[in-house]
Amino acid sequence: MTDQAVSVPRRESPLLRFVKGLALIRESWVGMIGLGIIVFWSLVAIFADILAPFPPNQPGLPLAPPGSASLDGLGVYWLGTDQLGRDTLSRIIHGSRQVLLYAPLATFCAYFVGIPMGLAAGYRRGLTDDVLSFIANVILSFPVLVLYIIIIATIGASGSNIVIAVTFASAPGVMRIVRGLVLDLRNREYVFAAETRGESAWRIMLVEILPNARGPLIVDACLRLGYVVITIGTLGFLGLGLPPPDPDWGGMVSELRQFAIVDPMLAVFPCIAISSLVLGFNLLADGLREVSLRD
Amino acid sequence: MLIFMVRRFGTMALTMLVVSILVFLLLEINVESVATKVLGPYTSQEQRELWLERNGYTDPAIWRYLRWLGNFVVGDFGDSVRFKVPVSDVLWPRLANTAILGGIALFIASIIGLTLGVIAGMREGGARDRGVSVGAVLTTSVPEFASAVFLSGLLVFTWPVLPGTSGMADGFDLVQLVLPVMVLVIYDWGYVARMTRASMAEVMMTHYIRTAVLKGLPYGQVIRKHALRNALIAPFTVIMLQINWLLSGVIVVEVAFAYKGFGSLLYEASLNSDIYLIEACAMVAVFVAVMTQTLADIGYTYLNPRIRFS
Repeated sequence: MTDQAVSVPRRESPLLRFVKGLALIRESWVGMIGLGIIVFWSLVAIFADILAPFPPNQPGLPLAPPGSASLDGLGVYWLGTDQLGRDTLSRIIHGSRQVLLYAPLATFCAYFVGIPMGLAAGYRRGLTDDVLSFIANVILSFPVLVLYIIIIATIGASGSNIVIAVTFASAPGVMRIVRGLVLDLRNREYVFAAETRGESAWRIMLVEILPNARGPLIVDACLRLGYVVITIGTLGFLGLGLPPPDPDWGGMVSELRQFAIVDPMLAVFPCIAISSLVLGFNLLADGLREVSLRD
Repeated sequence: MLIFMVRRFGTMALTMLVVSILVFLLLEINVESVATKVLGPYTSQEQRELWLERNGYTDPAIWRYLRWLGNFVVGDFGDSVRFKVPVSDVLWPRLANTAILGGIALFIASIIGLTLGVIAGMREGGARDRGVSVGAVLTTSVPEFASAVFLSGLLVFTWPVLPGTSGMADGFDLVQLVLPVMVLVIYDWGYVARMTRASMAEVMMTHYIRTAVLKGLPYGQVIRKHALRNALIAPFTVIMLQINWLLSGVIVVEVAFAYKGFGSLLYEASLNSDIYLIEACAMVAVFVAVMTQTLADIGYTYLNPRIRFS
């Protein structure tokens, strides 16, 4: 009995606490809707091969209206087909893979570059801050799409180049947010304690400061993910995105839009897909912000 | 104030300088690709080398940059490969068209955003606040190209009340502007509304508003005379910074509706590797963005009596 009374409660692992923090999203119905939409599209992407009724690049009956039967009568084009007779529903399902691969990847790269810049600018201040902030201001003064068009026009359109372009254009924004947070956190007592212990500057930045800045950064990452989805879609719409024939939501919209005179509904479906995914990220960000402001 | 303005414009000039270096590095540092882009891919090696030599591309990069920059400053952007005319001949009329489209869109988006933002911020957490917030999240989640498809599906094909393209083939036509403006407003109003709401909510928490309410002033008067003046300072900056976003938005909208503006020009230029036109468009776009940012900063300090720079 006494043994139990003196036993110290075990400290939870940082990972578990992190997950528990994220689980607070249950308290916000807005956030739960957003999370639901994201989980839905993630499952669609994972099980695309099982869910899609047709192979995404298989030609069939061209410009079939939604709900019409395929040529061999075995399948139904629930959302119609494009000018080559490829099933829109299957292409939307397979297109989710592209978006859910490149959007998180590009956002991650932007954070990977932007976080060290922001930490250095906010913690070291002085000349480091001046130089990094100026670079960030220069890049952020471009209207984003103008910057994307110049970069893509120079290095060509491909998945990895989209990641490069998004990283280049978004890292300064990440840097600015991290810098602001660090300027606030660097005067905390645990930072002074770490400095007194003689910890190295990068250890203080990465181990002491960064974990305490995670709240706003997670919210920002969600918003940014949504915006990167819009960006990838827009580049696809402009024909500067992923090369054909693999399905890409933005590219599908620009193809199907040309046949709006035949059936305006055809282009609407990929638009709904992309808008819903962006909405999911935005709602999740709203929910997380609401929950984090509560305590 | 004067020193502050001089300093702001100095920063602006420096930013433009670095932007020009960046644009030059991205588009002109590789002379081989410049020659290929200007002369086309089916030219011989000798032709390209001759062209490079004749146009001074054999000089060191730093000289080429300085000459390029000098020409830019005096408004000589070179010749467009696609249109076969000086870039400035195509650029300025297109920019004017975009100014019309963007100006109208920004005006309407600001009016809607400010009004709804103030209404939402008056009672934080109330039904109206919730409604405006949900509306703002919904509309800012729809990319411009998607709302272009939705709207033209409704208003062009299902109920044909509006023209589907805005090419202005038979002279300027205001009806053709309706859809592009609608798309831009739908995407942009939410951000203004959210910022206004936050600013308004903050003001409504202050002591002087509580005092005004408690001393028995009519609620409308409290809002109009006490709250609005202070709440509308921050949104001013937001609206000015919105111009930067609008410049991205107009590219999509102009391409979607074939409107002959600056955005579709840049798009055409990039599809045709029209290098001098891309450079000119990029520099002009950044100039407009940086200029509005500078004006926003100066305007903010002018409007906000709490900030004074010596």
